[in-house]
Amino acid sequence: MTEDILTVSNLKKHFVIGHTGRFSKRKPITVKAVDGVTFSVHEGETIGLVGESGSGKSTVAYIAIGMYQPTSGSIRFRGQELFQDKNKRPRHLRKAIQIVYQDPGSSLNPRQNIKQILEMPLRIHQPNANHLEQIVYLLEIVGLPPEYMYKYPRMLSGGEKQIVSIARALATDPSMVILDEPTSALDVSVQAKTINLLLDLQKEFQLSYVFITHDLSLMRNVSSRVAIMYLGKICEVAETIDFFRNPLHPYTQMLLSSIPVVTEEEEELKPKKVISTGEIPSPVNVPSGCSFHSRCPFVMDICRQVDPVMVEAEPGHKVRCHLFTQPAPVSVAGPG
Amino acid sequence: MNEAGRLLEIKDLYVQFSVYGGKLHVLNGVDFFMYPGEKVGLVGETGCGKTTTMKAILRVLPSPPAVIPHGDIVFDGQDIMRMKEENLSRVRGRGISMIFQDPTAALNPVFTIGEQLEAVIKHSAPPGKSPTGPEIHQQAVNALKEVSLADPERLLHNYPVQLSGGMRQRVCIAMALAANPKLLIADEPGTSLDVTIQDQVLRLLRRLVEEHDTSVILITHTLGIVRETTNRVYVMYAGTMVETAATEKLFSQPLHPYTQGLISTVPRLSGGGIASGIPGRIPDYRNPPTGCRFHPRCPHVMDICRQKKPPNYQIDAEHSVACFLYEKDGSANPQKETGQQ
Repeated sequence: MTEDILTVSNLKKHFVIGHTGRFSKRKPITVKAVDGVTFSVHEGETIGLVGESGSGKSTVAYIAIGMYQPTSGSIRFRGQELFQDKNKRPRHLRKAIQIVYQDPGSSLNPRQNIKQILEMPLRIHQPNANHLEQIVYLLEIVGLPPEYMYKYPRMLSGGEKQIVSIARALATDPSMVILDEPTSALDVSVQAKTINLLLDLQKEFQLSYVFITHDLSLMRNVSSRVAIMYLGKICEVAETIDFFRNPLHPYTQMLLSSIPVVTEEEEELKPKKVISTGEIPSPVNVPSGCSFHSRCPFVMDICRQVDPVMVEAEPGHKVRCHLFTQPAPVSVAGPG
Repeated sequence: MNEAGRLLEIKDLYVQFSVYGGKLHVLNGVDFFMYPGEKVGLVGETGCGKTTTMKAILRVLPSPPAVIPHGDIVFDGQDIMRMKEENLSRVRGRGISMIFQDPTAALNPVFTIGEQLEAVIKHSAPPGKSPTGPEIHQQAVNALKEVSLADPERLLHNYPVQLSGGMRQRVCIAMALAANPKLLIADEPGTSLDVTIQDQVLRLLRRLVEEHDTSVILITHTLGIVRETTNRVYVMYAGTMVETAATEKLFSQPLHPYTQGLISTVPRLSGGGIASGIPGRIPDYRNPPTGCRFHPRCPHVMDICRQKKPPNYQIDAEHSVACFLYEKDGSANPQKETGQQ
């Protein structure tokens, strides 16, 4: 049994975005961005977190790095609760979890050169070390020449900027890195190089990755497990191989059937019975019962009233859908 | 195939941009043609000149800085390059219309959907047949119904901010098709949308162009979309068309090293890891490489590639490639050097 590096249980984050009514009738309007998420990350693995925009996957990431305080639930790093102290996370825990953002154009300070960008985390976490030597080392491990130190972000291409963001994330010597759509702003040939660099670094430094993306084809090739999110909840978790062999949740099938692919072989893997309909509802007005029922082709009466619970349909393959909670005919009721 | 029936033909088009410190030699002899009813894909990395080519067709390149020193564009028998501005506005709309990548930027935020859509219908009516107000309104309602938007009467009074991204792109499609154009240019129509919504929008687009019998140029860098939507593909690299073939042929037997690299780097749903990608990046257009512009990144580079720009070698009726590797064997052995990396 592998150790868990991150354990997230029943995590919730609700944002108040305004109020309705006046005086005694005044009520907050909340967005349930993350609404009861439970998953774990094993030591040294890559878990893929997939979902459409608005599904709450980035919010989970921001809670993990400590940008947001969760509304309720717990998130533990190697058994240690990350939000014990309400406001202040111990420095060694902040250092251990780092993030690479989606858009390197806006996550690097345009007025700092690469040396200053990489020096910032070093100054905070290792005030007494020789920073210059470490910066050269950081650039070396991501494959950039040392003279890049004196360049500014605008002088680099999109791919190189993202590589600098990766170097910055590694500056604190983290055990876990959250990759929030690290390649969605890049061309496919640059994406390949960046992903290969990330995989090499993972091997070299035994990193655990939470890989957030909406590209399932990419996910297939980088992660060992996959979690699918829809409207703030996880609807399916499985080992990547099982997941693509036998996708269970209707939403997962819809996602898979929507992917444009380049070979006949991949075409065969796409579920044929579910085609994409409808749009993700606003997280302010989440549908009752199962939040996916408004788009689900297999909707039943119970789906409109009761929110399904997570069940283990096969060993290690969990799904949150009424089609699989009925005790008897699991295999018969299974779509696809 | 005869040259007479072509809907659009671009011959040896050059576009340069004068900027501080020199000239950007962006388009470097673009050759392109399509027949009526064809659905043509145009693929290449960011900065290959895809959008510049399309803007040249519509004559909307801002000049200065753009300079077109050389080239011919013929659309539907009309010479676009020498056309007067007032005639051009007739080509834009009823002749050619365009769907842009970002529907949020394409719609004006301070006018309602109705005002914008009705303006298109009003101004694209054939001369002498200006429709009345109720007619325009009815046409706008029909246009929204056609793109499967529910409750069109209410939507006409909505502002773009009140719509989701997918709905906005549907509105843009309705606007682009309202004038019933002969040619529709779709510039990355699904890129800014979620994958399930992108799938819906593309399916809608495919159905509508079939119904209207519209010819399509689909610009994208997602190869999967090209495979599912088009019947012929142009691959563009650094301002030239490097390869064209029937879609199926291009995916099964890519010839140009750039096309091969591009296809092999797409992550596969069936697994198999991530390919190493194409080394290097798009050249600096101020000082583009001599000869074949792909030579600094090419795994099969030869001496001649550094000196001469390769001509198009016709491999078969629909397949041509601009690469010296195919100089000798022409149609003989297209399988040569096609092994994927």
